[in-house]
Amino acid sequence: MNESATETLSVVVEREIPYPPEKIWRALTQPHLIAEWLMNNDFNAVVGHRFNLRGDWGGVLDCEVLAVEPNKTLSYTWNFAHADAAFNLESVVTFTLAPTDIGTRLRMEHSGFRPGQKQAYGGAKAGWQQFFTKLEQVLARTD
Amino acid sequence: MSESQDILFRMLADPTRRAIFERLCREGEQTVGALTARAKVSQPAVSKHLGLLKQAGLVRDRHKGRQTHYSAQLSALAPLIDWTSQMTGFWQSRFDRLEDLLKRMDQ
Repeated sequence: MNESATETLSVVVEREIPYPPEKIWRALTQPHLIAEWLMNNDFNAVVGHRFNLRGDWGGVLDCEVLAVEPNKTLSYTWNFAHADAAFNLESVVTFTLAPTDIGTRLRMEHSGFRPGQKQAYGGAKAGWQQFFTKLEQVLARTD
Repeated sequence: MSESQDILFRMLADPTRRAIFERLCREGEQTVGALTARAKVSQPAVSKHLGLLKQAGLVRDRHKGRQTHYSAQLSALAPLIDWTSQMTGFWQSRFDRLEDLLKRMDQ
């Protein structure tokens, strides 16, 4: 049961999409396309590149590209800095693409608080709280 | 974020306390003595952590003879699961937008 208890702190969304990995990769890595489905950004698919994701609500996420394997894997940090350390959030988003008969299986894992990670639950909770509050506003507008 | 989530995050923010809770999840019911033997802190410290975990509903105690046995209450983690479902909702909606975008994009 411990495994599932820790896994609840990582979010996985997986979907089969009827397009080839190459096309999805473009949507995941080209700034003007990322802006259309995720957030405004200055992304560049180069390991070590630092960029921001800017939410409609004014929130800015600090990100750094961790892994780039074209058409297969993309990983970047998803951090929310705040003057008060208790509001900081440090997390990692990883996209994995696998070709299927009808297109691509796209998997997104967002892991925030693995036990043993420097950023413990307590430090991140307020950041998430703030994030979700803003997020709800955004989601309400995107319907 | 609800108060119950807040309490859980606070409870699990302490690495020693989290380690104790994880051991109870992983290995089942244990006595304070058994938990202390493998913790890096004293028995009174372990007892104090267990007391806080009990208050938060994360562990339950059972007295047997002179020993107190502690076990994890996984149902207490439900508010955290609600929290991850919020985040899952965020990504699901973003995936919807991604699919819409892919439909509009040139091959």
